[in-house]
This record gives sequence, C-alpha cells and structure tokens, in this order.
Amino acid sequence: MPTIIKLKNINKTYYSGAPLHVLKGIDLEINRGELVSIMGASGSGKSTLLNILGILDNYDTGEYHLNDVLIKNLSETRAAYFRNKLIGFIFQSFNLISFKNAMENVALPLYYQKTGRKTRNKMALEYLDRLGLKEWAYHMPNELSGGQKQRVAIARALISKPQIILADEPTGALDSKTSAEVLDVLKKVNATGMTMIIVTHESGIANQTNKIIRLKDGIIEKIEDNSEHNFSRFDIQNIK
Amino acid sequence: MFDLDRWNEIFITISRNKIRSILTAFGVFWGIFMLVTLLGGGNGLGSLITGQMSDIASNSCVMWSGRTSEAYKGFRKGRWWQINNRDIEIIKAKVKGLDEISPIITPWSPTSDNVVRGDKKGTFSVQGTYANFNKIDKHTMQYGRYLNDLDVMYERKVCIIGQRVYEALFNRGEDPVGKDIRVDGVYYKVIGVGRGSDNFNFSGDKDEMITVPFTIMQKLYNYGDNVDNVFALAKPGVAVSEIQEEMETILKNNHSIAPHDRQAINSFNIENMLKQVTGLILGVNVLAFIVGMGTLLAGIIGVSNIMMVTVRERTQEIGIRRALGAKPSTIMTQIMSESFTLTAIAGFLGISFAVLILQLVDVGLAAGGEGTAVFQISFFTAVIAGLIIIILGTLAGLGPAFRAMKIKPIEALSEE
Repeated sequence: MPTIIKLKNINKTYYSGAPLHVLKGIDLEINRGELVSIMGASGSGKSTLLNILGILDNYDTGEYHLNDVLIKNLSETRAAYFRNKLIGFIFQSFNLISFKNAMENVALPLYYQKTGRKTRNKMALEYLDRLGLKEWAYHMPNELSGGQKQRVAIARALISKPQIILADEPTGALDSKTSAEVLDVLKKVNATGMTMIIVTHESGIANQTNKIIRLKDGIIEKIEDNSEHNFSRFDIQNIK
Repeated sequence: MFDLDRWNEIFITISRNKIRSILTAFGVFWGIFMLVTLLGGGNGLGSLITGQMSDIASNSCVMWSGRTSEAYKGFRKGRWWQINNRDIEIIKAKVKGLDEISPIITPWSPTSDNVVRGDKKGTFSVQGTYANFNKIDKHTMQYGRYLNDLDVMYERKVCIIGQRVYEALFNRGEDPVGKDIRVDGVYYKVIGVGRGSDNFNFSGDKDEMITVPFTIMQKLYNYGDNVDNVFALAKPGVAVSEIQEEMETILKNNHSIAPHDRQAINSFNIENMLKQVTGLILGVNVLAFIVGMGTLLAGIIGVSNIMMVTVRERTQEIGIRRALGAKPSTIMTQIMSESFTLTAIAGFLGISFAVLILQLVDVGLAAGGEGTAVFQISFFTAVIAGLIIIILGTLAGLGPAFRAMKIKPIEALSEE
C-alpha cells in the first residue's frame, strides 16, 4: 500500500518561557487506508504531533510529506488550503459553530471551497443522512446530544473528501455507550478506505485500531501491530 | 460580486447581539447626524446673515457728517458741519479708485399721511438719490424703471415707489406707471415700483420708501447745497477703505476739520462688515466641523472597540473556521465587512435623518416668511459625509480584523 504520511526526523521546540523540546526526532510512515492510534501520557507530545500532522502548527526541522507533498514553512493561506483539501478534523469538544445548524456546520468546509450554497447544503444533507442524522439537520448544536454532535463533526470532516482524518480524543467527552457508537462510525469510515489517525489515552479505544503508536517524551517508543485487537487494557504483554 | 452567504454571515453576527450592535451603531448615527446638522446649521446661519445684505454692493461705504471734536484753523471744537454738492464734485474728480458716488437726502420721519392719491393715502419716507444709487443698494423693479441721469439732471418730478406704497395707493394689479401721486404736497409721476430683497437697509425699508431725483428733492425740501449721506462704490479690485480714506481727507480739507479728528465724519464700510461676517461664518463652520467630527470619531472608536470585543469572543469560532480551511484573508474580510456594514447603515441613517431635519428647518423658515436661508447641505457635502463614513467604517474594522487574522487555530481550539 502506498504511504500517505511520511515523517522524517521531525523536531519541535516551544520557546514560551524555558525552551521545551517536545518532539525529538519523529520518524513515521502511515499507509493509505490505515487505522492508527497514537497513545501517550500527557506531555508525551501527541497533541503537538497531531497539530503538525494537521498543518495547524509548524515543525522546526525534518520533513513531513502528506500525499507526496512536502508540508514545510507554508504560508497561512497555503496551509488553510491544504487543511481544507486534505484533512478532516474531529475534536474532543466537537467544535461546532454554535449559531449554525447541523447542516450549515457540515457544509462549512465546502463554503471555503467556494461551493455554491445549494450544492453544499444538498451534500451536507447527504452526509448527515449517512450518519443517521437527517431529521436533525436543522437543529442547532445545543439541541443535540454529545454523540449526535460528534457525528455532525464527523460528517463535517468527511464532506470535503479529505485524504486523512485526524481525530483528537474523539470519544473523550462521551459516555461509554456513545463512545462505542462513534468508534463504530469511525471504523466504518475507515472501511471505505479513509486513512484515520486517532489520538487517545484510552486503551480500549486504541485496541480497536490496527496499529498503535506509543509516544513517550517526544520520541516514538514503539509501534505495535494490533491487527489481532488483543491489546490489553493494562498493557500486560509489555511487562516482562 | 454580491455574495449572499457572506452577507448572511454578517447579518447573523450583527444581529446575534442586537442591543450591543444598536448601541454601537447609535454612536456613529449620532456622530454623523451631529456633523451634518452642524455643518448645515453653520451654512444656514451664514446664508441668513448674507441674505440680509444681498442688495448692497459689498465694496461700498457710506459717510455722513458729525460734530468736530478738535479745534482747528480758528474753529472751535463741537462745530456742526454739512457735506455739500461741491464735496461730491471734488471727490468725483480727485478719487481715482471711485466707481460711483451718490449723495442722498433722507429727511427725518415723515408727517402723517404725507402720501396721497385720490382717496387713498399713507405715511411713507422719501429719499432723493442719483440714478447710480441703484448700483450701490439695489431695487428689484416690479413695474417700470429706476431713475436715470436725465431725471436727475432735469430735476424731473418723478418717483419710484416701494412695494407697500404701491399696495396702499393702487388697486391690486393696477399699472402704476405714469400715474401721479402727491408726496408732501408736491405731485410726482410714478415711473416704477421697486422692492428690496433683504432686510438690511441704509436709509429705511425700500418697500416703504419713495425715491425721487436728488436734485429736485434738494430744492423742494430746502436743503440748499447740503447733502445728508454720501454713498460711494469702489472700482473692482480697489479696497473700499482706500477710497474711504481719500474721501475723508478731501472732506476734512474742504471743511477745515483737523486731519486727525475721528468724530467729525461718520462712516460705515460694508466691506469690513462683510469680512467680519464671513470670518464669523467660517469660525462657526470650523467649530461645527470639529465638534461634529469629534462626535463621529467617538462613535467610530466605539465600533472599533466593540469589534475588538467581538473578535475576542469569537476566538474559538474563528479558530474552527481556520482549521476547516478559512484563509486569513477570508477572516479579515469578514470582520472588516461587519464593521463596515454596521457603520454604513448607522451612518447613512444619520445622514438621512440630518437631511430630513435640515429640510424641515428650511420648509419652516420659508413658511414663516423668514426669507431664503438655506440650512440644507449640498449634495456634494452629503457625498463627502458618505465617503467619510465609508472610510472611517473600514478603518474601524482594520485593527480588529488584523487581530482576528493573527488568531492561530491551535491556540483558539485549545481555549475551551
């Protein structure tokens, strides 16, 4: 399978106050269509890595190729273009725009692609329908449950037909039942061939992905193949 | 290009916080309203004052004799003296900058019912002038003509009557030209009806005045050689004060008045007065502009401030938009458009309201017969006011827009 994400010796240091070397040389390749999770304790650099993958943040040294395009030192305008075209975001806190209804929220990425109003609303309805939210299309975010909000956010991430989906703790704000539902949705999306990267600290979530990348103190501790889904919640097999 | 979506967004964000938007917009509304109203008021005041003096030539002056205040050449001080025909001839010959000169005779208050025609009569004042007096203080003729040089030269018993004299002596619509009227016991032929178009007069209200040739009046009213007032008009490009000085020197010389006697000759200089009035009007306008502009700026700063607050409140939303692919320029345009729209709506309402008020003042003045003062601003001024609003509205959005542009998606998204 072709690689879609190629990271070569990525370094990132934050300079607010004392310099903080967050990523210390990350090398990583992710193939098209993979379902990957990134795990790590807080402070391990997983959020920073996700921000760099999502072109929300710059890195200092190294190379990041996304879809065979070198993503480095982009202007804000160019970065916005790539985010819009290549990446779908799913956040822990959903990040829906509160004064827009579900359909308008889903249609927003297409607005920035200058798609006509009718076309994008029609497409938004289609995506909402696929996620079982057709009747909720005209509801405002505060009228939706957490699971529904996250499904709206998933529809919004999918509508621009991105190359990868980046999910930052997608179930962090949900109870276990809705978490399972949302995860099911994400797996179904992955089954259509969409590359998906999930950042989580929950072993249960990570266990459902096919590959687990463990970050520790800014380096990749190890990459585990989890196609068997027998990853233990308590990480037992790592205890020698 | 008209982008419905963008306008929809602008409308939604403005109306999301209605009270705040309205209060902010009111600052701009009031600012531009004050600016336009004050400018209109300044202009109106100016036109009121200058309208009072539209008949009188601006480069003219008038002189009349007073009492000497200094002893000179054997004469004691406190002496009365009179300007006479000889003075007029000498001034005419000697003063180079002089364009026209007209002596005037205006006897004190007329006797009761001094003007008679058949069974109609009235009390009106009489003045004797040269034909050229019309160039200095203009009659607007309703019927017939003004005096000419021959009337004066041949001492013809002809007269110009004022509008109200005509109304008192003639039936409405009757042609008075060629008819005889009796004034102070002497019959004159009416050759014209004239009226003043302002309220500023040197020698009484033209509407209630009978004007006759200077020469006949001097004889009939026993003036001998004497003259009441002298009106002089300077040539174009010559300052009135210049000829005024020369005339005074001649008069003082002729009548043995001390050269530095300030009280012997009274004079009035229209040019100086107009200068003062023009200065006053300019002062009022400058003040109006400063006050109005200050109020407007306060309003605009209010808009800028509120937009700053809005941007801060919307940090997360802007971050989401940026993450979803909004370019910095898109965000910037969005904020600028909001500020611009808010300012433009408030501003144009303010201009319209000010124009309405000024129009009401104009209509009210016209209905009250208060003359032809124009308080309404010109179309050009309105366009300028509109441009000011557009420019200031855009500038008000500039700061907030730059701040919004600088919002980084990660910072915004981590701000829960």
